[in-house]
Amino acid sequence: MFVQILFGLMAIVIVVTSIGVVAVRNPVRSALNLVANFFALAVLYLLLYAQFVAAVQIIVYAGAIMVLFLFTIMLLNLGSPAELSERGEIKRPITWGLALLFVIVLAGGVFSRLSEAQPAQDDIGTVQMVGKFLFTDWVYPFELTSILLLIAIVGAIVMAKRRL
Amino acid sequence: MDAVPISWYLTLSAFMFAMGVTGVVIKRNPIVIFMCIELMLNAANLAFLAFARQQAQLGAQVAGQVYAILVMAVAAAEVAIGLGIIVAIYRLRDTINVDEMNLLKF
Repeated sequence: MFVQILFGLMAIVIVVTSIGVVAVRNPVRSALNLVANFFALAVLYLLLYAQFVAAVQIIVYAGAIMVLFLFTIMLLNLGSPAELSERGEIKRPITWGLALLFVIVLAGGVFSRLSEAQPAQDDIGTVQMVGKFLFTDWVYPFELTSILLLIAIVGAIVMAKRRL
Repeated sequence: MDAVPISWYLTLSAFMFAMGVTGVVIKRNPIVIFMCIELMLNAANLAFLAFARQQAQLGAQVAGQVYAILVMAVAAAEVAIGLGIIVAIYRLRDTINVDEMNLLKF
């Protein structure tokens, strides 16, 4: 029972904050909505036995990535809502309607066809277990990720310099 | 403990993805567009972890979590590059309104 209540609370938080990211005009408030969304998601990851991913979610997303977003907003001085005014357009209600339709169609498909969750060991999401698989079965994608991050670092430096 | 069906997680994930798509389409501030892309990547992560709980074997269950970690690494790289591009464009054009960035359009 406790799990259902916790899931319901976090689902409400996620729904409200995801709408908030899109509907709010001020980008700083969008960012804060996104932070709340990431924390609620981390709780859901815990319910899915993904302890390590939940910790990484809070450290990397809510910590590093959102600080980078807020830093850029402050650096470019975009906190004022009048900076990028968004006019009322016909595409806005159409897009909201299509998004709603997408959710309804996917939910309908999901609810009619899926089987239930398998019983799991408690330790499938620990650092030990994830690390064991990351460095045995998944070592090649892991090394490719390191190369991707290296490319991202070099690219960010190249773009940040005025001229090389 | 396994009280919440996987379908609920997937519906929540679909909702987050739909909100991300909506934001990418209707927003004009590229930073908010990036936040909506993050929303979509997180929706994919939630779906990965939920589907991982449906697998019978241990290897497949952990594979979903490894995938989520790889997605996070890609998201971090994407944010670093994307925000760098936004800052560079702002220095060049003094605006970041996506409607005025039309050099590649013609």
